[in-house]
Amino acid sequence: MRLLFREALLSFRRAPVLSSLSITTIAFSLFTIGLFGLVAINLQRALEGLEERVEIVAFIMRGTPAESIAQASQDIAAFPEVQDVGYVSEEQALARARRELVEFRDAYRDLQVNPLPPSLELRLKPGFRDAAHVGVVAERLRGFSFIEDVRYGREWIQRLDHLRNLTGILGLVIGLVFAAVAMVIIGVTIRLTLLQRAREIHIMRLVGATNWFIRGPFLLEGALKGTLGGLLAVALCYGGFLIFRRSAESFNGLLFFEPWQAAVIVAFGTLMGLGGSLLSVGRHLRHMGGRADRRAS
Amino acid sequence: MIRLSHVHKTFPNGAVALRDVSFHVARGEFVFLTGHSGAGKSTLLKLLYAEQRPSSGEVRVSGHVVSGLKGDAIARLRRRLGIIFQDFRLLEDRTAAENVAFALEVTGARKDAIAARASRVLAQVGLASKSRAYPRELSGGEQQRVAMARALVNDPAILLADEPTGNLDERATRGVFQLLRDINAGGTVVVMATHDLDLVRQTEYRTIEMRDGAVVYDSADEASAPGPQ
Ligand SMILES: Nc1ncnc2c1ncn2[C@@H]1O[C@H](COP(=O)(O)OP(=O)(O)O)[C@@H](O)[C@H]1O
Ligand SMILES: [Mg+2]
Repeated sequence: MRLLFREALLSFRRAPVLSSLSITTIAFSLFTIGLFGLVAINLQRALEGLEERVEIVAFIMRGTPAESIAQASQDIAAFPEVQDVGYVSEEQALARARRELVEFRDAYRDLQVNPLPPSLELRLKPGFRDAAHVGVVAERLRGFSFIEDVRYGREWIQRLDHLRNLTGILGLVIGLVFAAVAMVIIGVTIRLTLLQRAREIHIMRLVGATNWFIRGPFLLEGALKGTLGGLLAVALCYGGFLIFRRSAESFNGLLFFEPWQAAVIVAFGTLMGLGGSLLSVGRHLRHMGGRADRRAS
Repeated sequence: MIRLSHVHKTFPNGAVALRDVSFHVARGEFVFLTGHSGAGKSTLLKLLYAEQRPSSGEVRVSGHVVSGLKGDAIARLRRRLGIIFQDFRLLEDRTAAENVAFALEVTGARKDAIAARASRVLAQVGLASKSRAYPRELSGGEQQRVAMARALVNDPAILLADEPTGNLDERATRGVFQLLRDINAGGTVVVMATHDLDLVRQTEYRTIEMRDGAVVYDSADEASAPGPQ
């Protein structure tokens, strides 16, 4: 095991340029992915904040018996899309209107008759806060005989939907492009390493090294480089994040990765390094294992 | 120690490297493998250390069938062989002693044992004073001696040498060849591919000549077969 580590570290000293190249390429690809991740995290949070407010209001006919309303709100609460249902009485509606609609306070104060109907207010579960589901639920609510009218911010919800879909598609495209770029860069690095190491591997095999003995240092080296690349990427992301956040007052609330998310990035680097070296060394060993000419037999 | 039975080797590109090669090498023998370039000498040696597989026929080394070996079984075979080449094949970034020790490290030998054994074998090939030198600091003859020390460090029963003097001047050739003879005198089988006929004629060692992948002459047959050839 000590030998394994020594071999892995030796390779850094032997090929500092190539080693730093692989580290920086891994770091760069993870950095770009990380930046996208940051955008996604912050956008997602912003969307969640907006979605929280997705609400459906069902106005109830005056004079509907309390039992019917209670029964109906139980039924509605049992809809699979619905998170909670609240009953707002006429008096509560008026009180709220007086509180919130300051401009009309005078108008409401002198009223003899309460013009505001009682209502049920619904919030949908997180997965259902989109135009399609809201429409379905609204339609179902209209089926109740004592429900006069159903209101929801249709356009607003649809716009939110579009925004989310756009970010999703954009994220997917950008993510795929970044992944492809990272793959190409890693592939080139691996090929360079391979060329550089072919002689060494050949000699190791000649003196009787087992496959795992040969792979060990390469895998460890790959894992080390990948881990360093991942750490570098997180550091770069943090630097970029600080610069960006300082650029405007309104960015103060921006989020950085949770520790576990940063750990995932680093682990991803480790896996990339490990996978890259496993792929290259595995292919190389196979090639030198004499299978290339097996077709002849 | 070595037995080839009706060995054929055809490469995927259609090149035929060996045709129906059969011979046996006994304990303690020194065998020259001669023939012009492209005759199949290197391919034959590669079959012995399982770098390549025969297309048909059987190759036995120290009683084991090596023609079908895979993976780590090949590694174990090679630890019982010593192999040297025309181009030495040393690791450039390791000293002479480290190159020799390397062959022991891969077997998982103990560290203190490795150092002692490496310096003993380097002394055996006359390079005790150069153990800390890197290959680029050594002459061709010295590099080949390091390679020989590496080949010997696992106490091989068989030493395979593919044109070991091909890159050496006359003086270095003599030194390396003498060392091979000493090793053989110690009981190790030596199979040496060469096209240096002067070297071959100097000695009485068995000679197997190849041409276009076939054995066309074996001095052992001549010795045992009475009468005119
Ligand atoms: N890997 C290979 N692929 C295709 N042909 C090969 C390969 N190795 C050797 N040969 C061919 O096999 C023949 C014998 O080659 P080799 O064993 O190297 O001869 P020698 O060592 O006697 O010079 C040659 O014709 C050579 O071109
Ligand atoms: Mg040859």
